[in-house]
Amino acid sequence: MTNQEILDHIRTKFTDDILSFDEPYGMLTIEIPPAKITSLLEFLRDSEELKMAFLTDLCGMHFPNQTDRELGMVYMVHSWTKNLKMRIKSFVSIKSPKVPTICNIYAAANWMERETFDFYGILFEGHPDLRRIMNVDEMDYFPQRKQYPLEDGTRTDKEDQYFGREGNYIQTFDQRADKQLNA
Amino acid sequence: MVKISQAPPGIEGPGFFATSLDKVIGLARANSLWPLPFATSCCGIEFMATMGSNYDLARFGMERMSFSPRQADILLVAGTISKKLGPVLRQVYEQMAEPKWVMSIGACASSGGIFDTYSVLQGIDKVIPVDVYVPGCPPRPEQILDGVLKIQELAKNESLRHRNSSEYQALMDQYKIG
Repeated sequence: MTNQEILDHIRTKFTDDILSFDEPYGMLTIEIPPAKITSLLEFLRDSEELKMAFLTDLCGMHFPNQTDRELGMVYMVHSWTKNLKMRIKSFVSIKSPKVPTICNIYAAANWMERETFDFYGILFEGHPDLRRIMNVDEMDYFPQRKQYPLEDGTRTDKEDQYFGREGNYIQTFDQRADKQLNA
Repeated sequence: MVKISQAPPGIEGPGFFATSLDKVIGLARANSLWPLPFATSCCGIEFMATMGSNYDLARFGMERMSFSPRQADILLVAGTISKKLGPVLRQVYEQMAEPKWVMSIGACASSGGIFDTYSVLQGIDKVIPVDVYVPGCPPRPEQILDGVLKIQELAKNESLRHRNSSEYQALMDQYKIG
């Protein structure tokens, strides 16, 4: 089955919901609104032609410059019997990053959604146990969001100027972006 | 030839030998330190080589690795310690009986190493006091042995009252231990 045939097949049910599609390195990638994720994944799983019943991966993204669609979700599904795979993306506003959970479709999504919540702060509505999984429980921010620095603020043995940091204060993404614009 | 450790300095005469209790106990402690390896990554592999027959840590009275903190004298921290593991390491240290020493093996345990990132503890001395730091990424077994010898020196020359001293208490208070 070619990517175009898969796309046409999805369009039979989700006519207006495919906001965009792309084929990076030959892999079919579509964008859909967050509200359609559950029904689309169920459709892909149950469709006799596709049988995409394996959730390869689920993760988050952050694009601070995309107003009102800053946070993104990526779902990758695979079909063992038809040897097909595709990627589904969906974006939400960082002000209310709510996405329906897919735990009721794939049990494997449970920990993946917890991880995505842990790092990006995306709230999965209906998740049975949405709490941090990788980071310390006391952490009070979502470290993969771009406004937070990768480096640890408590580092004491490095001369900051040799490592692209100025002074001892923690530079935020916005400050860095401002400086680049002014330069 | 069986090599035994040298007697501490003292007064020797026909049928008697006099020295201070500190020195005798120090000698015994230094030559039977039981290590607790807390190995989390590649430095732990180097430590395994140190334990093996080529370098043979057992030559220094360390035949037995203690995997229970309660019967251990040295805590050997070899590897990256994430922030989530920090409280675990601290609990292991608290469970060890006095006297106890800590050796930080490698760049990650000593300072965070290349992992200057939000999830990694920037040196184990942020949560527990450290006696000897062994640099390297990872350090060679010779360096680890050198660190062990340094701890033996500390054990040999430590006053019996050191662990009750106000300086030691202040150090523990600084780490909010005990």
